[in-house]
Amino acid sequence: MTTVAVKPATMAQALQRALRDAMAEDPSVHVLGEDVGTLGGVFRITDGLAAEFGDDRCTDTPLAEAGILGTAVGMAMYGLRPVVEMQFDAFAYPSFEQLISHVAKMRNRTRGAMPLPITVRVPYGGGIGGVEHHSDSSEAYYMATPGLHVVTPATVDDAYGLLRAAIASDDPVVFLEPKRLYWSKASWSPDDPAPVEPIGRAVVRRRGNSATLITYGPSLPVCLEAAEAARAEGWDLEVVDLRSLVPFDDATVADSVRRTGRAVVVHESTGFGGPGGEIAARVTERCFHHLEAPVLRVAGFDIPYPPPMLERHHLPGVDRVLDAVARLQWEAES
Amino acid sequence: MKKSSTSVQELPGAAADRPVPPPAWQPRTDPAPLLPDPAPYRALGTDAVAAADPGLLLRLYGELVRGRRYNAQATALTKQGRLAVYPSSTGQEACEVAAALVLREQDWLFPSYRDTLAAVARGLDPVQALTLLRGDWHTGYDPYEHRIAPLSTPLATQLPHAVGLAHAARLKGDDVVALAMVGDGGTSEGDFHEALNFAAVWQAPVVFLVQNNGFAISVPLAKQTAAPSLAHKAVGYGMPGRLVDGNDALAVYTVLRDAFTRAVRGEGPTLIEAVTYRIEAHTNADDATRYRSGGEVETWRAHDPIRLLEHELTERGILDEDGVREAAEAAETMAARLRDRMNAEPVLDPMDLFTHVYADQTSQLREQAEQLRAELAAAAGEGPGEVR
Repeated sequence: MTTVAVKPATMAQALQRALRDAMAEDPSVHVLGEDVGTLGGVFRITDGLAAEFGDDRCTDTPLAEAGILGTAVGMAMYGLRPVVEMQFDAFAYPSFEQLISHVAKMRNRTRGAMPLPITVRVPYGGGIGGVEHHSDSSEAYYMATPGLHVVTPATVDDAYGLLRAAIASDDPVVFLEPKRLYWSKASWSPDDPAPVEPIGRAVVRRRGNSATLITYGPSLPVCLEAAEAARAEGWDLEVVDLRSLVPFDDATVADSVRRTGRAVVVHESTGFGGPGGEIAARVTERCFHHLEAPVLRVAGFDIPYPPPMLERHHLPGVDRVLDAVARLQWEAES
Repeated sequence: MKKSSTSVQELPGAAADRPVPPPAWQPRTDPAPLLPDPAPYRALGTDAVAAADPGLLLRLYGELVRGRRYNAQATALTKQGRLAVYPSSTGQEACEVAAALVLREQDWLFPSYRDTLAAVARGLDPVQALTLLRGDWHTGYDPYEHRIAPLSTPLATQLPHAVGLAHAARLKGDDVVALAMVGDGGTSEGDFHEALNFAAVWQAPVVFLVQNNGFAISVPLAKQTAAPSLAHKAVGYGMPGRLVDGNDALAVYTVLRDAFTRAVRGEGPTLIEAVTYRIEAHTNADDATRYRSGGEVETWRAHDPIRLLEHELTERGILDEDGVREAAEAAETMAARLRDRMNAEPVLDPMDLFTHVYADQTSQLREQAEQLRAELAAAAGEGPGEVR
């Protein structure tokens, strides 16, 4: 086995490499969006693609999200595999009619004759000091739409692997990129990427036996940090990274909670109507007799995403996670 | 910019901070050739008829007669409960038929819900075309078989699909034109704007056919737009707009064919407004007497597309009584067959609802499918867990 020199790489670099590799392997892969060509995208995820593959493969479109996704539908109908970039979470909303009424339903309404292998990349979430409309956690909107896959990486490895899997999928995938992790680094070599796993598998990031933190995307580092801090309190926390919100990996989550008997769901999205409610219900339905406490949620407040000067109060942090863990009825054990 | 400010500074006596005029401005496209004619183009009653292929004229006539009968039969089927709803294209058959006949084998049709007749005239089995309107869960046909996109109900949302498909075909070097159909109401939708804009920027081989039938359900055109005509909207996108009498089948065919020729030559998209009239209510569930007068309808009946063409062809000796009778008989045969087949009780399998949501069924859908399967089995008295 040869040793590959592994240097730190950012999630942004891994995503760029995933796009590049997919385009190099498959000429039907086309990237389109706003500023994705000459500029390389506002987050530089498509950097260099237009230069390498030409404007027809990496296309600066007019500034119109419904048009971008709508034309991507037509391109997919003709056998291409479009990868669409929505510039920011909240700027994807004009494309919702195309996404919900066509992208999500076309396979079904044509009895499988016309699948739409479209990847919709959406930078999402807060923590980067964005002004309004630049920090939404929009995952619940997508999760509520049957026919879509909804995935989100939390690590550099997964950024590459999940994006490759999303592009290779014959179903539409909403690929949520946690903005504040774009510049997170890990030892990762583009020449030796981890094997691509199929979409739909959660992973245990930290083994523990006191309670399970169920999380994804931008909240994974928060949960891992909280788990380290919790050792001082005598709690050995398990951390599950969902990676895929749809399909949902009930098996991995339930297996963890049955072992630990306690669970907290952690995400930036609002609590009311957010993913945590669905996850808590699923866990409760499957693990009721193993639970020592109600499943708790640590979520963003039910408010419009706050401005940069106040967002630190909104985002679930280590202390808020630990406070929730403290409320998991430990007194019953003593 | 930099150059001109330098030159100003170099002018003798010019103050260094003196403002400079902007770079010379000129329109990016000459708008004059893009403008529609002042009145809708008509072919019937002009020399264009003599120049036209008699075979084409007779084919248009036969399809119009068949199309009218199809509309009548589908409407009747709603009254018998065999169709959940039918948006009739009665009075608009010239647009529907011309659209179908102008398409070549490799071209694509993007119909709205009112355009099942265009799909049928292109060769789609009418029972398949009416599947969704019957109340079934799927579109009824494989879009790739006749290159007919699934019927689109959300207005104008199929237009960007047509643009994307045409663009993709061109990138692959294929000679394919996409024909996108929409109504006057649909031109107010954002997707109409975005589709036309993308099409023009990409110079995609697309033809947009707007059937201006006067009403969006109950709302007349005057409440829909203040544009001089819908065809004029093309100018804003940098593509030609064409205005045509939508009840003159030869005129619609001719204008469409010219637009196709442009598209094939790589000259980009065209917007066509066909002025026509929706003789029936919006659907069988609508009451048109609440928003328009019977007199208006009668005026348009006098400008009926079938009467126009039949009169013209008879006058010119292209069509005789036998031809009229044969067309009527062929239409009756089609209608009887459609009636018989639609009267057969459709067999739907509820389990199919889970089959095509994803390429690979999720564990959640597998569980839910099992739940429904057990419910069906219990209802059939077979006990839970049994397969139907």
